[in-house]
Amino acid sequence: MAKSMLIISRRAPGSGPSAREALDIALAGGAFDLPLAMLFMDDGIYQLTPDQAPHHIQQKDLSANLQALPLFGVEDLFACAYSLQERGLDTSHLALPAQPLDDEALRALIARHDLVVTL
Amino acid sequence: MKFAIALFSPPHSPASRRALRFTEAVLAAGHEVVRLFFYQDGVHSASANIVAPQDETDTAREWQALVAAHQLDGVVCIAAALRRGVLNAEEAARYSREATNLAGGWTLSGLGQLHEAAQLADRLVCFGGD
Repeated sequence: MAKSMLIISRRAPGSGPSAREALDIALAGGAFDLPLAMLFMDDGIYQLTPDQAPHHIQQKDLSANLQALPLFGVEDLFACAYSLQERGLDTSHLALPAQPLDDEALRALIARHDLVVTL
Repeated sequence: MKFAIALFSPPHSPASRRALRFTEAVLAAGHEVVRLFFYQDGVHSASANIVAPQDETDTAREWQALVAAHQLDGVVCIAAALRRGVLNAEEAARYSREATNLAGGWTLSGLGQLHEAAQLADRLVCFGGD
C-alpha cells in the first residue's frame, strides 16, 4: 500500500514561491493517486482566504490551483485552529473547506501520516 | 535502511550543511540513499557556478563530489530550477538562455521523483528552514 503524505504549508501566498511549491507537491502526488493531505498553518492560512488580488503585487493567483486539489484526489484539507485564531479568522472566512484542528488533533494528524513534508 | 533525502534550503544555509553531513553519515553507516531531491532554494546547491571563499565550506562542490563518489541518484526539481536559473544545456537551448550551470552528476526532473523516492525509501528526511 502506498505511504500517505501530509504536506504542511506555512507560508503566505504573497511571500515567495513556497505556497506554490507546497501545492505543486500535492498536485504532483495527486496525479499519481497517492494518499495525500494538506495542512495550512501559520501564515499559510492566508492561502485559503477568498478575494485575494495578487495581481496588485504582480503575483499569480493560487486560488484556481487550490480549487483543483479535489480534482487531483487531494480532499483532506486541514487548517490549524490556533493559526486561524491568531489571525482573527475562522472557517467562515475560508474559500476552501479546510477542517480546523486544535493542537491535539494536529498531533494525531501528523502521527497518522507516514510522511510529512513542511514548506 | 533506505533513505530519501530532500533539501529545500539554499547552499549557504545551515540546513544545507546538515543535509550534506547527514547524507555522509547515512552512507558511512552502510545505509542506502535511494535519491537526493533538491527543491525550492535547494536547487542552487546543484549549481556549478558557486564560488565559496577559500576559508569557507563549499557545500555545492561537496555535494557534487559526494554524488560522484557514491554514484547517487541526484535529482533537481526542474520547475524550481528553471525559476531560479539553474539550467542544463537542454533547458538553456529550449528557453534560449546563454549559460548553463547545472553541475555534472545532477539530473533535472519532476516532482514525481520526490514522491517515487518517498515511496521507495524507508525514511524521507527533509532539510528546510535555516
